[in-house]
Amino acid sequence: MNQFQFTRANTPLAAVSAVSKENGAYFLAGGTNLIDLVKREVIIPERLVDINRLPLATIEETTSGIRIGAMAKNSAVADHPLIKKYFPLLSMALNAGASAQLRNMATVGGNMMQRTRCPYFYDHSMPCNKRGPIQSGPSKGQPNGPSGCGAIGGVNRMHAIFGTSEKCIAVHPSDMCIALAALDARVNVTGPKGNRSIAFAEFHRLPGDAPQKDNTLLPGELILSVDVPKNELGKYSHYLKVRDRASYAFALVSVGVAADMKGKTIQDIRLAMGGVAHKPWRLAEAEGYLKGKEATLENFRQAATLAMQGAKGYGENDFKLTLAPNSIIEALQIATQTV
Amino acid sequence: MDNENNAGEPESTGASRRTFLKQSSALAAFALTPPAAVHSVEKGLDEKVAVAFEQQPLRVQINGVAQQLSVEPRVTLLDLLREQLNLNGTKKGCDHGQCGACTVHVDGQRVNSCLTLALTTEGCKVTTIEGMGSVEKLHPMQEAFIKHDGFQCGYCTPGQIMSAVACINEGHANSPDEVREYMSGNICRCGAYANIVEAIMEVKSKGGRI
Repeated sequence: MNQFQFTRANTPLAAVSAVSKENGAYFLAGGTNLIDLVKREVIIPERLVDINRLPLATIEETTSGIRIGAMAKNSAVADHPLIKKYFPLLSMALNAGASAQLRNMATVGGNMMQRTRCPYFYDHSMPCNKRGPIQSGPSKGQPNGPSGCGAIGGVNRMHAIFGTSEKCIAVHPSDMCIALAALDARVNVTGPKGNRSIAFAEFHRLPGDAPQKDNTLLPGELILSVDVPKNELGKYSHYLKVRDRASYAFALVSVGVAADMKGKTIQDIRLAMGGVAHKPWRLAEAEGYLKGKEATLENFRQAATLAMQGAKGYGENDFKLTLAPNSIIEALQIATQTV
Repeated sequence: MDNENNAGEPESTGASRRTFLKQSSALAAFALTPPAAVHSVEKGLDEKVAVAFEQQPLRVQINGVAQQLSVEPRVTLLDLLREQLNLNGTKKGCDHGQCGACTVHVDGQRVNSCLTLALTTEGCKVTTIEGMGSVEKLHPMQEAFIKHDGFQCGYCTPGQIMSAVACINEGHANSPDEVREYMSGNICRCGAYANIVEAIMEVKSKGGRI
């Protein structure tokens, strides 16, 4: 690993100030992705600001929902009685991610900040627009590698079918974020310009012309907590993760479902997919279609057809055009207990 | 590509601190005793000078022993254990958090020591395989692994045992399926998986924390 400087921050203000002071400074939370990126020299930091001592690990009830501290560990959130009670979808999604060891290290804030697992991003001898511009800096000697997208026309079995651009077809890797997107969470951040709150749907972004930007955080901004509003969607939940082995693998396609049912009628429903886009992919049209309808296979098929509008394969990932709708139907059947 | 090799970098943009240290220590050495200095640079003495500048203090308890250490920020807990403290029971497998061979407990929680910077364990209690049992009296999980032939070459075994103990203490060893799921972060290519599950289920059946 390259050498870097190390600072321990004890308050959010000190952390923001330390990261804002110089180029090439990064917040270090659980480190499960960042340290790997530093080892692989995809990122060569000048300084890591350790935020593990910040008092941001609590999970508590608020008047409108549950507030999860950004430094809460993934395992602690997944096993927390409040999360299991109100948001079983979130608990399921967290437990579907990574391994027990990594869930003990990874934090909620860090999980939201993890980078894509696209192999072209990790190999800096290969072209990648996502890696290219962001790590650059005349004083850093950063290994940007060639620009372009190796995955378009290359090995793209794991890649996106929605919201892609000609610059990037990488997918967002988190399971937790799929659940948070479905549950209409909000992200509370602080930064050099003060505090603000970001709707979860607005937090991550599509690649467009700037795939190096994963999210809408401004320079120096630190995630403080995530608010998940209480709702009636808890009981009928399921997180379906389709992957190459039974455990400890990234999703080919994942589907998060949370529904409010009255008898066989769907009162309200939330649907989001993972492994298919540069950000958690919310299925708004399918949700709209299913509201007020009976939970039947026919209706689920129609919802899945609506959800797949605009999907586009890139060769090796064409199978996702079939896998995704089938996964939506299966997740809906399991969540609504109509299998 | 080596980021330390930034010769030709315009000075106005600010050479890296490391480059500065290398250059300044080399220059100082040249100014003092040129022939010896040239020799010392060749021997990597400038690296040693840089290291001396960059180490930071670390207080950590490892297997019940309080340690006062001096550590570079880039040193992982895994490398600290193996290289500095000669605790070679913890194994370096993939070094990228994918195989679990480096699993240790930090404050009772199992983690991948290869992705844990040593300096982030300030004030923590670390337990490695050396802290589990002794030659005279093995830990019950070590005994169960031997009884059920839960290892072949043995390289992944320390990590498997650290994970197995945590698996029970976390309350995630209630069925063979649950054990498989919660042991999935320990990946080896050998055929001992079934025997590992048997070993864990047997220790679990005896009840209590271990």
